[in-house]
Amino acid sequence: MKLEIVSANRLTDGRVVYLSHGGRWSEKIVDGRTARNDKESAALLTEAEASVAKCLVIDPYLLTISDETGAFTAMRLRERIRQFGPKVNQTLDQSV
Amino acid sequence: MYRYDEFDQTFVRQRVAQFRDQVARRLSGDLSEEEFKPLRLMNGLYLQLHAYMLRVAIPYGTFCSRQMRQLADISRHYDRGYGHFTTRQNIQFNWVKLDEVPDILAALAEVEMHAIQTSGNCIRNVTADPFAGAAADEIEDARIWCEIIRQWSTLHPEFSFLPRKFKISVNGAIEDRAALRVHDIGLQLKQNDTGEIGFEVMVGGGQGRTPMIAKSIRSFLPKEELLSYLESILRVYNLLGRRDNKYKARIKILVHDLGAETLANMVEREWQQLREGYVNLPDSELARIACYFAPPDLEDAAETDNGLDRARRANGQFESWLEHNVNAHKQPGYAIVTISLKPEGGVPGDIDADQMEVVADLAQRFSHDELRATYQQNLVLPHVRKRDLHVVWRLLAAHGLSTANHGLISDIIACPGMDYCSLATARSIPVAQSISQRFNDLTRQKNIGDLRLNISGCINACGHHHVGHIGILGLEKNGAENYQITLGGRSDRSAAIGEIIGPAFSAEKIADAVETVIDTYLDLRQPGERFVDAYARLGRGPFKERLYATH
Ligand code: SF4
Repeated sequence: MKLEIVSANRLTDGRVVYLSHGGRWSEKIVDGRTARNDKESAALLTEAEASVAKCLVIDPYLLTISDETGAFTAMRLRERIRQFGPKVNQTLDQSV
Repeated sequence: MYRYDEFDQTFVRQRVAQFRDQVARRLSGDLSEEEFKPLRLMNGLYLQLHAYMLRVAIPYGTFCSRQMRQLADISRHYDRGYGHFTTRQNIQFNWVKLDEVPDILAALAEVEMHAIQTSGNCIRNVTADPFAGAAADEIEDARIWCEIIRQWSTLHPEFSFLPRKFKISVNGAIEDRAALRVHDIGLQLKQNDTGEIGFEVMVGGGQGRTPMIAKSIRSFLPKEELLSYLESILRVYNLLGRRDNKYKARIKILVHDLGAETLANMVEREWQQLREGYVNLPDSELARIACYFAPPDLEDAAETDNGLDRARRANGQFESWLEHNVNAHKQPGYAIVTISLKPEGGVPGDIDADQMEVVADLAQRFSHDELRATYQQNLVLPHVRKRDLHVVWRLLAAHGLSTANHGLISDIIACPGMDYCSLATARSIPVAQSISQRFNDLTRQKNIGDLRLNISGCINACGHHHVGHIGILGLEKNGAENYQITLGGRSDRSAAIGEIIGPAFSAEKIADAVETVIDTYLDLRQPGERFVDAYARLGRGPFKERLYATH
């Protein structure tokens, strides 16, 4: 099933984060809260904008993921690279 | 090399303090991202895909062991223990944290470094021949003029908000090692018929989505009039350059639209007015700056071999390295060493903190404390006694830095691509890695000979793909990475933009396609003919035929 979640970069260190429950942000895509339709997506983005105002994240946006394999996977290559990090120079704290 | 005076030191420290305050205001919410972004960019801080990236300027690629050690320290304390040398003779740190950036800038200021002019629509860090001050074919040391341009252009109020970024390159040798013809302004030092030294001025070169080769607009400019002439070019550009469309804003578009002759006439007219009363650099100031670039104290009698020949005969790897990574120095008994940052399967331009320290030690012990970064993403020890070459090589080899591939197919230029860059349309690094592994046999590489293979992860062309003998451009098509090949590009005195050879190849097929291009060349070349010359003779036809027949 195609779902949407919100991602952004964290203000303090620029890390990739996903909007999770209770307005929190997580580095793990699996923690991301999903939207199943336009209305839910819009609500997620509105919630994310509140985090911008609180100086938590920069430039939140919606991205499409799939959960067909049992795990959340971003559909676009760019998002998969954001999710998994570069192939080289990766350290444990960065991998999903 | 140039040392900061009190003015420079105070200025850089003030900038650090200003940025510290700006970061604090951003973190507290006093500044929005919209307000903060131009401020961080003016200090070289970008937001990339996974983290902030800090781009540190290495003015015209010249630096010293103390600075390299500080870069190593910064990479350990504030990043992940490595740095990435770029195609603009800068170094980037890919994982810095916003609140630590002021401390990094303070650490840089301690060793007379900063991150100014590495972003924004200003005159950027000036490019120079990395062999400047050492090359056997040198007319005059380009770095003196780079430093003068740096001082003139830094925060120049009139040129801080140009229509687009602006890149100047200076070459002081016969061979163009500074890619003059793909810069907004290229300055070639030359001697005229009366023996006077001045510049040929070329304008309007560039890469990106509209690649162009610079046009010569003045065949000889007396060097003492350089700044007034540059100022005239910049004024014409500032006035007429397009600000409505960033893809049409570079000076190359202006040169193309007006024609080089019209632009040259406009510049000349502006210059005739400007040079009256223009305060040229006083001789004393020129002499003061030139002093910083005085040749080091090289030994006259350094010619002695001290076993070099024996070591060469005894060790084939050392011999290969001498053949490819060592160039002629103007002083007999000395040589210029290129340290390849392109190990087999490595990331072009990457170097870890331990290696940085090794290179710093070598510069201090064997190269009069001088180091250079090249736009080909390698490092240079400019003044090594020939008799020290063997020990330098052994120390490099012990730390994975002795790859003998300078100028060969695996000496690949590659931008960070989609592994890091937020503008990318595809990855560059894995393509570089797979090609370097495919051609890992040095004997095969030597047989192929002089070859520049350049890869960019998007049309912005930071990886210089347009001027690679073989260029690869990463694109996205239907969600998958695709790689377009261009052939016949070059950035030397006969600079040319590569021609697109045909439809793009998938990520899985791109290394095969490169191999087909190479096999075609090997089959059709004449004795001693370089790839780029064979391509000029043969044209696209045979390469295209083979590529699309087999794929
Ligand atoms: S060429 Fe494109 S992908 Fe590569 S560094 Fe430049 S902007 Fe990024």
